Amino acid sequence: MPNETHSPVGAALVVGGGIAGVQASIDLANAGIKVYLAEKSPAIGGKMAQLDKTFPTNDCAICIISPKLAECARHPNVTILTNAQIEGLEGEAGNFIARVRQTPRYVDLERCTACDDCTEACPIHLPDEYNEGLKERVAIYRPYPQAVPSAYAITKRGTSPCKNACPADTSAQGYVALIAQRRYAEALEVVREYNPFPATVGRVCHHPCETDCNRGKVDEPVAICALKRFVADYVYEHDLDGTAESASAIKPSPRASDKPVAIVGAGPAGLSAAHFLSRMGYPVTIFEALPVAGGMMRVGIPAYRLPRDVLDREIQNILNLGVDLELNTPIRNINNLFEQGFRAIFLAIGAHEPQKLGIPGEDVEGVFHGVPFLRSVALGETPPLGKNVLVVGGGNTAIDTARTALRLGVEHAAIVYRRNREAMPANSWEVDEAEHEGVRLELLANPVEVLSENRHVTGVRCIRMRLGDLDRSGRPRPVPIEGSEFVLECDSMVAAVAQAPEISFLDPDHNLEVTRYGTFKVDAKTLATNRPGIFAGGDAAKGPGALIEAIAAGRRGALSIDRYLQGQPLLTPREEIPLPVAELTDEEIREVFESGRASPGPRVTLPTRSVEERLEGFSEVELTLSEEDALREAQRCLECGICSECHRCVVACKADAIDHQQAPADLALSVGAVILATGYSLYNPEHAQEYGFGRYPNVVTAMQYERLLSASGPTGGRVQRPSDGSEAKRIAWLQCVGSRDQQHDYCSSVCCMYATKEALLTLEHVHGADCHVFMMDMRAFSKGFDAYFARAQEQGITYHRCRISSLKEDPKTRNLAITYTNDDGTLKEADFDLVVLSVGMEIPQETREMAEVLDITAGPSGFVTPRPFHPVETGRPGVFVCGALSEPKDIPDSVVEASGAAAAALEVIGRARGTQITARVLPPETPVTPTQEPRIGVFVCSCGSNIAGVVDVAEVTQYAASLPNVVHAENTTYTCSPDSLKVIKERILEHELNRVVVASCTPRTHEPLFRETIREAGLNPYLFEMANIRDQCSWVHSQDSTAATEKSKLLVRMAVSRARLLEPLYTQGQSLFHSALVVGGGIAGMTAALSLAEQGFPVYLVERTGRLGGLAANWTRGIGGGNPSDYISGLAARVRAHPDIEVFLETRVVKTQGFIGNFQTTVAGSDEPRQRMLEHGVTIIATGGLEYRGPVYKLGEHPAVVTQGDLEELLAQLEAGAQPDHNLLKPAAQVAVVQCVGPWDEDPAQEFYCSRICCATALKNALRIKALNPEAMLLVLYKDIRTYGMHESLYTDARRAGVLFVRMDEQHKPRLDATNGHLHLEAYDAGIGESLEMQPDMLVLSTAMLPAEGSAALAETFKFSCTLEGFFAEAHVKLRPVDFPAEGLFLCGAAHYPKTLEESIAQARAAAARAAGVLSKDVLQVGGVVAEVDPALCTGCLTCVRICPYDAPRINPTLVGIGGIQGAAEIKAAACQGCGLCAAECPAGAIRLMHYKDEQVLAKVEALLTAG
Amino acid sequence: MTQFEPQILAFACHYCAYAAADLAGSMRVQYPPNVKIIHLPCSGKVDVIHLLRAFERGVDGVFVAG
Repeated sequence: MPNETHSPVGAALVVGGGIAGVQASIDLANAGIKVYLAEKSPAIGGKMAQLDKTFPTNDCAICIISPKLAECARHPNVTILTNAQIEGLEGEAGNFIARVRQTPRYVDLERCTACDDCTEACPIHLPDEYNEGLKERVAIYRPYPQAVPSAYAITKRGTSPCKNACPADTSAQGYVALIAQRRYAEALEVVREYNPFPATVGRVCHHPCETDCNRGKVDEPVAICALKRFVADYVYEHDLDGTAESASAIKPSPRASDKPVAIVGAGPAGLSAAHFLSRMGYPVTIFEALPVAGGMMRVGIPAYRLPRDVLDREIQNILNLGVDLELNTPIRNINNLFEQGFRAIFLAIGAHEPQKLGIPGEDVEGVFHGVPFLRSVALGETPPLGKNVLVVGGGNTAIDTARTALRLGVEHAAIVYRRNREAMPANSWEVDEAEHEGVRLELLANPVEVLSENRHVTGVRCIRMRLGDLDRSGRPRPVPIEGSEFVLECDSMVAAVAQAPEISFLDPDHNLEVTRYGTFKVDAKTLATNRPGIFAGGDAAKGPGALIEAIAAGRRGALSIDRYLQGQPLLTPREEIPLPVAELTDEEIREVFESGRASPGPRVTLPTRSVEERLEGFSEVELTLSEEDALREAQRCLECGICSECHRCVVACKADAIDHQQAPADLALSVGAVILATGYSLYNPEHAQEYGFGRYPNVVTAMQYERLLSASGPTGGRVQRPSDGSEAKRIAWLQCVGSRDQQHDYCSSVCCMYATKEALLTLEHVHGADCHVFMMDMRAFSKGFDAYFARAQEQGITYHRCRISSLKEDPKTRNLAITYTNDDGTLKEADFDLVVLSVGMEIPQETREMAEVLDITAGPSGFVTPRPFHPVETGRPGVFVCGALSEPKDIPDSVVEASGAAAAALEVIGRARGTQITARVLPPETPVTPTQEPRIGVFVCSCGSNIAGVVDVAEVTQYAASLPNVVHAENTTYTCSPDSLKVIKERILEHELNRVVVASCTPRTHEPLFRETIREAGLNPYLFEMANIRDQCSWVHSQDSTAATEKSKLLVRMAVSRARLLEPLYTQGQSLFHSALVVGGGIAGMTAALSLAEQGFPVYLVERTGRLGGLAANWTRGIGGGNPSDYISGLAARVRAHPDIEVFLETRVVKTQGFIGNFQTTVAGSDEPRQRMLEHGVTIIATGGLEYRGPVYKLGEHPAVVTQGDLEELLAQLEAGAQPDHNLLKPAAQVAVVQCVGPWDEDPAQEFYCSRICCATALKNALRIKALNPEAMLLVLYKDIRTYGMHESLYTDARRAGVLFVRMDEQHKPRLDATNGHLHLEAYDAGIGESLEMQPDMLVLSTAMLPAEGSAALAETFKFSCTLEGFFAEAHVKLRPVDFPAEGLFLCGAAHYPKTLEESIAQARAAAARAAGVLSKDVLQVGGVVAEVDPALCTGCLTCVRICPYDAPRINPTLVGIGGIQGAAEIKAAACQGCGLCAAECPAGAIRLMHYKDEQVLAKVEALLTAG
Repeated sequence: MTQFEPQILAFACHYCAYAAADLAGSMRVQYPPNVKIIHLPCSGKVDVIHLLRAFERGVDGVFVAG
């Protein structure tokens, strides 16, 4: 119930974008409710969009769902939230706050034109979910070609550990993936996006990426650093990037900005910042104090680790971007830089000040310090070393110093370090190499005094150390061991313990905050100092660090400076809320190997130069990988992040639609109701090992088989075996995989029919196919299903009633041998090419968690099962459920429930309709008359390269301009992009265009957008035409550019020809009656009436009998529990009491006329004079059903033969304690139940159909008898037990209770004899092939449900078509199950087909929702593309009246037809669907379909053939 | 002698055949360029006059798909 104190919110949240969620959204939106549709994936459509065809009509699934998806997406009242999940719900019915988290798709929906250019660029392959893993897709994708919204999305698992570990955020996975595809230049571009020194860093990096690499969990990390070096060296060597010194290709970056930036320091941080800022378009000047650029890269790292030519080239590449470098220019006064006009400053002065040891004797000759020592060697000096050098320290500087000393010719080099080897800050592999080269390590020793003679060093006195407690850095503290002093002799000593920034040279008025370590104080993330416009990074801000950290700081500084100068926030959303790190589970790693996406091989061995060769000079120690090794190594990557963030898509996307910086958004939506429609997941048959799924390639799931059948699937609709691609001919379906077993006490309801459908379609796809279905029961329980099953059998599909005993693969042929029990009880084996597992439905874990978060009670299997008689309601008021989430069900039942849930929501919030909707304001239309000269504008789309790559768009544009009446022709890159749409509007005004032609893609997706656009410029939307030169030219004639171009020109000419003749069309508002007529006062009719009345619409409820209640009024136990009788009497009381419902008892419909919104129906009481004419906007038919009571099995003759209906009433009495001496209660009472009794028992010519509810009813009543009399013997004679969905538990319970089941045979029906007054029943048991006899005390007949009395007459009155059985036919079996074909008429309950009370209630509410969609409108907009009659030509022949499927034409006796004859056809625009059937059929040519008049269609034919 | 290249005109229903032609496009199925498609709201709209006029003007084949 709505909150009484606040008015409800006229908005709703629908969770789940499958067919149920889409239907509920459309119904709510049509009723004036603002709808948020939250879908967890990037596209709506759900499982139905994956199906090939749908049973029992074999309609193409995507063909019928696509228009519905488009309708939902275009609905002005629906906002689709993709990648969205509900995370919380506060408040109460009518007033909720729903918390929804939307994870980014990394593609801007507004900008993405779905051109597909990005997918070519993406290097990451993964299984395509839409094709159930039978095909691969790339990380940027559109889930399926017809996906809505038609935009791409990117799959990210998280940040790959390598990228996360890299201080510079380098997308290592990205360049590794590109290397694996030999896309070396692009791979290097990826590195350069983060680091302008790939070859340098590839040589000297400490590569934390490798430490964190997930591959290390399996064997060894990927050699990421060596790969970076490989690709840099390869690209430089082959000059793939055109940056060789000889190449003149390098161009300075264009100067997009006139705001100059100053960088202080030409080290790695400063140079990197210059690189990035320059690429962004800023004028950059670097000021460097030293005579050389490169900082520590040049004066710190020795040449044997980093050859100078490598470094020179990379520095030069940066300078070539147009960076000004001022050497020998120390900066002392920062403020002067601003005065010189620089708008921002980056301080990257490094840390070049050596730290002294602070021990006695340190200032004698022969004592050097690490950093200056290396610097002097780098600058070409030769420090005066002796023969025996001692280096103090454990970092890279110390190692570099010792190894450099060896190369300068010293005889001995040793390193003294106070801790142990593990604690050395130097890279471990550098220490190893140093030892190889002969450097001696003196570990756990600390210098205490420098010894000297004649002021020249002779040795160092040291003390031994031991490791003590942990210190602040987390390492064991070295503690001196008393009395352990010793002397190490040497003739030179280098102290290489530490270095620090030196900022004291700056003029003191810099006013920058400084830390106690002497570094600049900066924000850790943005590098901003306390002064706006000044940023600092590298060693000067963080203290001495690794090279890659300095480079990272340079990039960060550049990003911050750019954002600062542009006035943007310094951090992107993604930087504020980072992605989680992608840690792979063992399962995920296994999957990567199994799919072959990573090679299992060992890590490559890194090549090095021999020690002898090395020590001869400063030649490089480590060497580059061979191409072969690099490729192999790159293929070891596990692609942890999925998207590698190589950003190739960003480069490829010309629409600028891709944004990897998006972050999750948390929405708080104010809604009045919530509908949950999250659907199901398919059972994973890997959990049932016996079926071999996952091990045997030719065992597939039914959903995989759907994809194999689909023309758009991985095999183009050929049924190929996954093992070898050969056509499968012998195919087996195994039913109930993941249904009706120990873990699943339910039936998945759809598998029998989909297996039958797949088998039938196989016959169409595979010549001579042999299809076998192995099943327990055939559950063909719904409308038309039995006929479908019969057709399948007629066409030769073999059904076996058994569970299989085993399934084994022949490893040679990969065929599958199935062992099963034959009908005669013998064990048989059969060989199949392909086995399809009919997997059942499950509720995924995430849905169970959602239910918990929302405080919704779910059953043990996770289904949110509603209470009896409340089929779409959850335990929480205002929160509704529909579709497979509540119980396994098929598409029509889901669609019915979806509309039912919409009605339930409308009962809460319907009265607030329109309050959350904002209408668009449009400019007045420019009048366009037929006499005006057409002025046509043609826009030829390039669609990125999709059209322009094949078709010569310039030529097509030029050609278009030459066509008559074309006053403007223009080529646009993406005509549908917001920029181009603006251009179209401008051109309309500029050139006074009165027609627009767009030559691009398909009108099916894009016409509505362009029509809206021209309307926004004041043109009538029908003055628009498209030429589909993408889908019909460039894409399908891609091998022949000339032909594609010529055809494009032709299509444009055809479009222009037609455009000349287009006329403006208008819709008119038509008033309507805001009331409803409901025919039938049973549970369905009352529910529908009450739902509409609760929404505020007056209802006339007409009932044929003298009381409300219908068939179930006296039943006391429902199939799903509860007491129907109590519920129905309560419902009837509410109906009678409702002020908006007028009830007519003992009343029939005698006449009806009119059309949607404007019906007049005459009703009459049993005494004829009491007639009354009712005016109403909609009609709901709910006339219900009737129990068959034909003269079969002595029904009506023998008192012990009863129907289930009779038994209901008897059991009600017995349970109430009446008739304690009844036969049924006597000890060992025998009861026989015969299922499937109906008119076919009376007349074999009658077609059998399943009445859907009898199996569950029989079992429910059998259990009631067992409860009353546990000793009673019950025997159920059945053909199939059809306890679909949750009813399956009744079957389980009945077997547990000892009810006996005997399967009948079609050919041997039970025989009943009662000659001596006692019943004698003989039945043939098809299971054992023998007859059995019994003398039951009672025979219960589960008889068919028939259409209600008077249905046929009603069908005649309303012109309804009926099924063979006499049930009313809906507009479309799958997607319009409660609509009649004619607009404004709806159907529910057993009048549609037999169904349970809950199903009737759901359908009744569905009809109410559909009806509310009409009644909610103030006026109905009619007209547009509709047929019109010229009465002067009409002969009144009735052809149109007979042929129209929508009942739109009528003969109007007041009109005058041809030759003055009174009476001519008239088409009610409100009812017309614009198909044009009548126009084509009218023998007199009196009817024309607007927008498709003959001359408008023929203009295209003429233009095609008058081609020059 | 050049090979005979028939000109084919297809009338396609918006909901099915035209959608199928679009799918052929997105799947990059290749077919001869001498097939031209005219979009109609429903194949029921196809009038005999459309077919006859096409033949009259020299089309070699007409394909009605819906």
